[in-house]
Amino acid sequence: MIRRFISVLVMAALLVTPSYAEELLPDIPKATGEPHPEGNEYWRINHPTLLRHDRDLTVIDGIRDVNASLAQCVACHAVKGPDSAPVTYESPEYFCRVCHDFAAVQINCFECHKSVPDGAELTGLLPLSRQDEMATLQAYIDGAGQ
Amino acid sequence: MQRIIYRELRSTPKVWGLMALCGAFVAAAGFSVLYVEEYGHIVTGMNNQIVWGLPHVFAIFLIVAASGALNVSSIGSVFGKMAYKPVARLANVLAVALLVGGLAVLVLDLGRPDRLIMAMYTYNFTSIFAWNILLYTGFIGVVAVYLYTLMARGVSPRTQKMVSLVAFLWRLALTTGTGSIFGWLVARTAYDSAIMAPLFIAMSFSFGMAMFMLVMILTTSVSNRVYSPELRTRQARLLGVFVAAVLYFVLVHHLSNIYLAKKTAYESWILLNGGIYTLLFWVGQVLIGGIIPLVLLFHPKIDVKKGYVLLAALLVVIGGLAQLYVIVVGGQAFPLDIFPGFEVSSSFSDGVVASYRPTLLELSLGLGGVALALMLAGLAMKFLRIVPENLTDDNVDPVLLTD
Amino acid sequence: MTMPASEKGAEISRRDFLKSGAALASVTLAPGVTLMAFGGNASADGLKPGARWGLLIDAAKCPSDCSACVSACSAEQGWENNGLDTDPQWIRKVTLRDKKTGRENSLPVMCQHCDEPPCVDVCPTGASFKREDGIVLVNRHTCIGCRYCMMACPFKARSFVHEPVTNQKTISPRGMGTVEGCNLCVHKIDRGDGTTACVEACTATGHNAMMFGDLNDPESEIAKAVSTYASQELRADLGLNLGVRYQNI
Repeated sequence: MIRRFISVLVMAALLVTPSYAEELLPDIPKATGEPHPEGNEYWRINHPTLLRHDRDLTVIDGIRDVNASLAQCVACHAVKGPDSAPVTYESPEYFCRVCHDFAAVQINCFECHKSVPDGAELTGLLPLSRQDEMATLQAYIDGAGQ
Repeated sequence: MQRIIYRELRSTPKVWGLMALCGAFVAAAGFSVLYVEEYGHIVTGMNNQIVWGLPHVFAIFLIVAASGALNVSSIGSVFGKMAYKPVARLANVLAVALLVGGLAVLVLDLGRPDRLIMAMYTYNFTSIFAWNILLYTGFIGVVAVYLYTLMARGVSPRTQKMVSLVAFLWRLALTTGTGSIFGWLVARTAYDSAIMAPLFIAMSFSFGMAMFMLVMILTTSVSNRVYSPELRTRQARLLGVFVAAVLYFVLVHHLSNIYLAKKTAYESWILLNGGIYTLLFWVGQVLIGGIIPLVLLFHPKIDVKKGYVLLAALLVVIGGLAQLYVIVVGGQAFPLDIFPGFEVSSSFSDGVVASYRPTLLELSLGLGGVALALMLAGLAMKFLRIVPENLTDDNVDPVLLTD
Repeated sequence: MTMPASEKGAEISRRDFLKSGAALASVTLAPGVTLMAFGGNASADGLKPGARWGLLIDAAKCPSDCSACVSACSAEQGWENNGLDTDPQWIRKVTLRDKKTGRENSLPVMCQHCDEPPCVDVCPTGASFKREDGIVLVNRHTCIGCRYCMMACPFKARSFVHEPVTNQKTISPRGMGTVEGCNLCVHKIDRGDGTTACVEACTATGHNAMMFGDLNDPESEIAKAVSTYASQELRADLGLNLGVRYQNI
């Protein structure tokens, strides 16, 4: 009798639990800029492989603008903190940490890489031949602000 | 002559006490590793001039001794000396235990030990270091198979002889590789020499035999078993020969260096003006690790002087650590000769002897490796039948029965 | 749970969107044409084929009281040497005094970018490697921090990072537990600057003791210089065929 009661209770709890799932999953901060053409799902699944593959292309073959450099990922996915400055990897609100803390999969990219954009992701890494484009764009944006 | 009986060690309070002591050292090493992982190698004494320090001294000692411990069983299987056959199982297990202890220290001192798995499948085959990693892990496998042939029933003597030969050759390759880690470095005056490989082979014979005898003496006294005085005496004499061999290679190495004009500055430094390194060389390596053990081991009454054997083995170990300190740290301390004929100075310690002050963290890591090796050997002795129970003179060699 | 501030990113006005620094990373110039975005019109930059980058340093033009090259490298790559034995030093000024004649000299020493680098030979994981264009550098993704390359280098060119690093430069990721050294400002070379920070600084001081260029390009200034004037390698006896050559040591 007691057994049956407890089993019904457990089943009810299990049935109800999925409705809590939405609040259990992490709240992923929206990025600025264009969405990835392949879609978020693709990136969520494949970013580890892509990161590892692209970093070899950059370091060993000197190919710097495969899709985007890590610095450019950091720029688009920057999360503004309370003082409107992008938060560093130290903060649990950091874009990568939101999912990685939830999944308890530690990443150590930012032990070496800078975790906030500083403008260098544009001028620091792009080939000079394309930096004129950046200058034009920068001028347009400065003008747009007036 | 009785059949040799192997029995597991009984868990007496003495055994437990020793295991607990080893466990304490291993725990201390664990703490040291976590501390260095958190704060970085800046908390150790190692720096950009002395990149390999006390942990590496211990690690290399253990690895070299591991290869030599296997030699004890090779003498029985490959060279057919009957007296050594009863201790072959223990020697094999000790070899693996010492190697694991040494590797543990080496790996835990890496700047990024979290990348160890990646290091296992990303290989640069021009690196003798990479080859060594393969040789070390292969050694464990080969010795395991060798132990199986020793312990299992129904293994034909031919198979056993073949496997033991493979193990013997493997260990020679391994130790040659370890010596070549230093010998193939053209950059440093202390290392750049082909003699490093045979020197390390000689060192492995010596340190391995000494470590085996120390473990044998300790085990038999703790478990109230007999350590055949005849076998002990033969091993003591053989250890004496090995110690002499090491002294020979050291002599040839330094004599050759003194003759070469470009290496004279280094030799006069290490042999006369090197401060702690000169002290460790003459007093530690040559006197304590060489001459005194030779005098003890070739004493005419060594068969009854048990204490001399224990002391000699201990001194060989201490001398060996001193020797490796001189090689590993002393070799790095001497400044690189980038501009021959010039006096050099810079903000990066060019032209000056580098300073190194080992910290407790490094010592605890090194000792923890030794303790880990002893602990693993102890566990094996507890659960496997590897320590002979009736290793008396009569049972060691039938030839002795006729005396 | 509070909403992160950028949750609203997609809904702010177009003007604010463009003004935020991060938006520069990817902006639509025209329908379907995105600047610098993913895939798009990205051409593989890659390396200059057949190049061998190198330096030519004239010790006679290098004054003993100048370390502009060191300061420039430090500022560009984000490392600091405050005198501790554990501090990194990618490039250093070395003062020489001839033992026999007493003549004094000074020159900078950095990774010599050997053609047969001992550090590349000994690295167990292949992290220390030579790029196709001759630059020898450490792939820090693969470096396990064993420091064997530091033992092997005849020029003591490499440093180990002994403590956690914060506030790195974006163009120069560096972190604890890996080995680092001069990489000939590979980020500057890849974006076409045609020079390194140290050479730039030396030129700016007016001493002009350092020259950078493609040793394999017969038209380059450096190739013409080394084929006209005498130059030497450090530790030439080792036969490593260095990318850095010196004059007037």
